[in-house]
Amino acid sequence: MSHVNLKNIRKNFGAVNVIKGIDLEIAKGEFMVFVGPSGCGKSTLLRLIAGLEDISDGELCFDGARVNEKVPSARGISMVFQSYALYPHMKVYDNMAFGLKLAKSSTETIEERVLAAAKMLELDQLLDRLPRELSGGQRQRVAIGRAIVRNPSVFLFDEPLSNLDAALRSSTRLEIAKLHQDLSGVTMIYVTHDQIEAMTLADRICVLRDGQIEQVGTPSEIYDRPKSVFVAGFIGSPKMNLLRGDAAQRFGCATVGIRAEHFDVNPDEPTWSGLVKFIENLGSDTYLFVDVGLNDPLVVRQSQGARFAVGDMVGLAPSEPHIYRFGPDDRLIT
Amino acid sequence: MLRPTMPVPRPRFDGPPVLATGKFMPSRQPYGPTLQQQRNRSAMWFLLPTFVALSGIAGWPLLRTIYFSFTDTSLTSIYDGEWIGFANYLTWRELPSGRVIYRGTLVDPVWWNAVWNTLRFSVISVSVEAVLGMMIALLLNMQFRGRGVVRAAILIPWAIPTIVSAQIWSWMLNDQFGVINHALIGLGIIDHKIAWTASADTAMVAVLIVDIWKTTPFMALLCLAGLQMIPRDMYEAARVDGIHPVRVFFRVTLPLVRPALMVAIIFRMLDALRIYDLVYVLTPNSRATQTMSVIARENLIEFDKFAYGAAQSTLLFAIIAVIVSLYIWIARVNLADGGR
Amino acid sequence: MTGILRTCALYLAVIMVVCAAAFPFYYAVITSFKSGTGLFEVDYFPVRLDWKNYASVLSGRGFTRSIANSVLIASTTVAFSLFIAVTASFALARVNFKGRSLLLVTILMVSMFPQIAVLAGLFELVRFLGIYNTPWAMILSYTIFTLPFTIWVLTTFMRDLPKELEEAAIVDGATPWVVVTKIFLPLMWPALVTTGLLAFIGAWNEFLFALTFTVSETQRTVPVAIALISGSSPQEIPWGAIMAASVIVTTPLIILVLIFQRKIVSGLTAGGVKG
Repeated sequence: MSHVNLKNIRKNFGAVNVIKGIDLEIAKGEFMVFVGPSGCGKSTLLRLIAGLEDISDGELCFDGARVNEKVPSARGISMVFQSYALYPHMKVYDNMAFGLKLAKSSTETIEERVLAAAKMLELDQLLDRLPRELSGGQRQRVAIGRAIVRNPSVFLFDEPLSNLDAALRSSTRLEIAKLHQDLSGVTMIYVTHDQIEAMTLADRICVLRDGQIEQVGTPSEIYDRPKSVFVAGFIGSPKMNLLRGDAAQRFGCATVGIRAEHFDVNPDEPTWSGLVKFIENLGSDTYLFVDVGLNDPLVVRQSQGARFAVGDMVGLAPSEPHIYRFGPDDRLIT
Repeated sequence: MLRPTMPVPRPRFDGPPVLATGKFMPSRQPYGPTLQQQRNRSAMWFLLPTFVALSGIAGWPLLRTIYFSFTDTSLTSIYDGEWIGFANYLTWRELPSGRVIYRGTLVDPVWWNAVWNTLRFSVISVSVEAVLGMMIALLLNMQFRGRGVVRAAILIPWAIPTIVSAQIWSWMLNDQFGVINHALIGLGIIDHKIAWTASADTAMVAVLIVDIWKTTPFMALLCLAGLQMIPRDMYEAARVDGIHPVRVFFRVTLPLVRPALMVAIIFRMLDALRIYDLVYVLTPNSRATQTMSVIARENLIEFDKFAYGAAQSTLLFAIIAVIVSLYIWIARVNLADGGR
Repeated sequence: MTGILRTCALYLAVIMVVCAAAFPFYYAVITSFKSGTGLFEVDYFPVRLDWKNYASVLSGRGFTRSIANSVLIASTTVAFSLFIAVTASFALARVNFKGRSLLLVTILMVSMFPQIAVLAGLFELVRFLGIYNTPWAMILSYTIFTLPFTIWVLTTFMRDLPKELEEAAIVDGATPWVVVTKIFLPLMWPALVTTGLLAFIGAWNEFLFALTFTVSETQRTVPVAIALISGSSPQEIPWGAIMAASVIVTTPLIILVLIFQRKIVSGLTAGGVKG
């Protein structure tokens, strides 16, 4: 049975429809990531699940029971916020214990659970500090600890890494992944606009656009079989080469998409040829930007070192099983 | 006097959706209250004490004042007043000779004198304060050594209680021994001592001087806050373009500070219209300065014309209410035009 | 050359402003140390320190009593207003219920009431409650202006507290009451101090109600006492004593205001420029 079930969920602020009918089932213990450009409604959707906003229409069920009218604390959820939202005047210990105190847990239970969570997150030494005495990464760990202590069945993350610097971001990302392994049976719902976080953390990704679901699937499904031009362009770095017009006509579709790694370079019969305009060397990979006379240059991945220089002439051909063809409605032609 | 300086708040629809949405969910009894309903309910309880307090000490007394103004209540027997309609405002009687005699506040020369005094005082003091306040704010907005000292110094007049400043100034303006006359004669500006507070010609000037001295700091601080919101680049850009500073002031600074200035002016105006304490201490019993509040209180408490005083209080309230509504209406219209 | 001239002009203006602002109080201090015929000579600098005026003001029971009255009245009013205003401003700042703007405007209007408009009705109420000529009459009536003021300032302040903080508390199971008392109040004490100080000054300075609702000398507040100070004969105004009394009640205020300078400025201008 699904754990979190969204049935035709809608949300409007006044006359503005932000969420336009979302149907989604999230299994118990699953790590679900909501991803999409800003303004797609992903954060609002998370807040609807949390209960911080009232649902305008539709039904939200946890374990089959309707929770639309339940207040957040009665839903068995925990939430980690983008800005950490630690209580500035409370020490780390009290920050983590606050929810349990409100729930009138016994002092022993509180201490036991806070210490366990602190140990797990290596916060033992910091329990007597105030939030302002902590670094950004430590604060985020306290925020996660505060969420763990409540023993939630659903864990909600609202862009928890976007305030951290790049190095800290990847290490905290790993910690969250580890957390998901450790807390078996806890469902996690995670909002981000960062596709790397989405790809690395998710069991399944839900791509949102304009308050509607564009595609739901495992990271590899989303990457390998994008259902629409939007998903194809949104997931994957560098962005998939998307060609319209005559270039697509050649492949018998309205839009053709080819990922950077799916080109044969200098084949016998090149589909396109042109000059290398620019080279981006990332060490492991090298990206060539090849001007073949289309609106945008084609981006091509070369895995071993740079064999080309700017100004070289290259011929390119897409490798057949990896050509994505989209119809005039921007949907994948299967 | 305290005055919150916020203009009419705008509902905040900018940015991500705020937590509360202001919409009541249709109540679904079996499920209990949602978060929003819980919050709305708490808000009601949270506001209850304020509601009770303000209606008890402001709303109810106001209604009673208005009621008294239509009765012949006297101070000594507050509950024995009888309804006499508009008699305190205006009533007339025709004599057998055919002459009509009007009575009531609206034909009382003392009242109209007070209205005139109040308006004259308010308009002059607020305009001077706005100009002076703006000049001081511009000064304080410049970079110079000791700016903090100046800002502290201008807070002094604001911190001194009105009654105290009235006493200090009436000593300074004293005709025989006052330092003002002494200094002015010493500088050769006047050749004889002036009875500032006692003479009918100068009493209003005296009141204006003290009020301007006391309230300009407030105006200056509000203007300064407005000025500091203007990015410095704007001035630098203007300087690079070689625009004359005076032009910059009228074309750039003033339009940008105007909203803050307008708010300050309207609050000061409302404050000035109800002036009482300064006049009471500085120029007691002077017909040249007595304001609406002064004669209303005289009638209410001292002259045993309680109901008559209540009528004058009501009129003052009406005047201020009209001004406030006009202001809010204008503010709304501006908002609707998209102007800020 | 013009640079030097401009600097001179700037500092000239600065000196004029500082003198104009500070001279009257300075002059009151000088006067308060003079007595007898010395009072009737104009001096721009202190000539001698004569504490006689202070002694006479403070030895008379009336004035010390007035100070005690004023302290009692102003602090009770402020405490009461802050207490009510905290919850009200939470509702006004953070809950988006219907009619909120209207309510805010109404509260603002109350603070703009001419006091005289409620005087007659309040007089009746004060008599009815049997608190005429007691401090309670002032405590009750001062709430008319301290309460709207504190609500306004605290509302602006609370509006600026981060939304996620409150939401984190909600997820932790906090009711609005818990959010106010356990989360917001501890964060708000700087705002409470500033607002309280401003409201205190307002209550300390009030004159019209205090004049109307007291008759006996022992019940007077400081402004009434200073306004009605009289000498040994009706013709003689005791300027030295008046100045001494003025200095006594103003000095603490000025010191407080200078200490809290920055906070006061931001409290006074709260919202006034942002709106």
